[in-house]
Amino acid sequence: MTEPESIHARLTGVTRVFELSSGATLRALGPIDLDIRRGEFFGVVGPSGCGKSTLLDILAGLSRPTEGSVLFEDKPIKGVPDGVGVVFQEDASFAWLTVQDNVAFGLRRAGFDAAEIERRVEYAVGFMGLRDFANAYPSQLSGGMRQRVCIARTLVLRPRLILLDEPFGALDQQTRLLMGEELLRLWRETGATVMLITHALDEAAMLSDRVGVMSARPGRFIDFIETAWPRERDSRIISDPRFGAITSRLWDNLRVESLKTMGTTIQKASP
Amino acid sequence: MNRQILSREGWIRLAVIVAFTAAFEALCRFGFIPSTVVLPPTDMAASLWHILRTGEYNKDIISTISNVVASALISVTLGFVLGVILHTMPRLRATIEPLLASYYAVPTFIFYPVFIVVFGVSSRAIIAIAVLLSVVAMIESTLVGLDRIPRVLHKTAAIYRMSTPARAVLIDFPAAAPRLFTGIKLAFAYAFIGVIASEFILSAQGIGYAIAYAYNNFDNRNMYGLMLLVILLATSANTALDTIDRHMQSRVRVTR
Repeated sequence: MTEPESIHARLTGVTRVFELSSGATLRALGPIDLDIRRGEFFGVVGPSGCGKSTLLDILAGLSRPTEGSVLFEDKPIKGVPDGVGVVFQEDASFAWLTVQDNVAFGLRRAGFDAAEIERRVEYAVGFMGLRDFANAYPSQLSGGMRQRVCIARTLVLRPRLILLDEPFGALDQQTRLLMGEELLRLWRETGATVMLITHALDEAAMLSDRVGVMSARPGRFIDFIETAWPRERDSRIISDPRFGAITSRLWDNLRVESLKTMGTTIQKASP
Repeated sequence: MNRQILSREGWIRLAVIVAFTAAFEALCRFGFIPSTVVLPPTDMAASLWHILRTGEYNKDIISTISNVVASALISVTLGFVLGVILHTMPRLRATIEPLLASYYAVPTFIFYPVFIVVFGVSSRAIIAIAVLLSVVAMIESTLVGLDRIPRVLHKTAAIYRMSTPARAVLIDFPAAAPRLFTGIKLAFAYAFIGVIASEFILSAQGIGYAIAYAYNNFDNRNMYGLMLLVILLATSANTALDTIDRHMQSRVRVTR
């Protein structure tokens, strides 16, 4: 465990069990013990269906753990806490609002005055490279641009903890790298704590200060890898010799867990 | 901005209509279709112009339009409310949905004697039949619209810590709006059909009644003028609603 004053979020003995319609139960997660440090960029990788998104939902206050406790800024999470922003994997932009109205949505809800809303929206829209599309509707944008709208909409509220659930999942490799750079820039500028869930090992290795590797279901953390990258970094870090060593260690862990998942699937599929 | 008045398909569609009308006109004018059976389109247009200019049928036209608008408004409101109720009560929905699915297999007009007994020969009976015919389209559209709101939008609403009413107003209804509007469009079309058809059998006024009256009195000129009026009213209203509908549908992404 980390020093108490630097801990931003703490999960202790967290499990999540789902009741299925058949009456059976499914243990999706845990037990999880995790400290996320203030200002840290924490990456999470794990095989499909290991409970990564369930973990994010619990940390965001969207779902309650079956057992264990979750603290954010030393307070137990009961519902969505103030200061948490989430970017989902799916497109969550509001189709009926323009880009700038999407970005301003949370600010208006929070009751900011018009001048402040305009200032923040203008900055976020420019920062995310959407200035020329401020009056466009999401349907007129590419998938990557829509995801940027969602990121901007989250960031204008200046959350202290940003949770990202595979936000670049639908993007091509080049766009992912560039979006990753933008994310790093945002993280540096805002000083927020970030938890990024991703399938992409290179993305996790490039962006994170620390990467947690989860086991097959029920997901637990089986390894934590400190990347020790400098805070000032960008996608060119992938040419660093240590990058290969980090992704290799991630894959060594993940390969075994992914095989377990596939093995289970194959066994179940066999007559 | 240099916007086209009509798309290529639009011009082709227009050309087909014009060609069909011209061919029909020619067939009538050259005696292939006797004028005692069908009037040439230009005569229908002249008759319609006469009807509108003299105001001879204004009372009937106003009666029909008000009945259609009233029926559509009641259907849309009632259908929307019932749709929302069914959406929030899955067990009730599971019970009722199979009945809704086979609803349009029942010829609603068979109930007209019941409505005459209950409401008398009046606009209320016509509106009741039209509502009966159109309300289910709105219920179905409301259910589809609410079902298809992406789950991620509900999660987003939770992140903004919205109350249920706030989520309904700011997220659910705007997200469902394109499909709700399809329901409005259908409800209007069914209401129009319901009102005109009901006027034939249980009314002493309205365009449907006037057409039946003209038919019974061998007044082809007024009958075809009024029929043309019905076609123009229905297609104009439907075109206007369809334009809005297509505009709204274009906001619904393929990715969802």
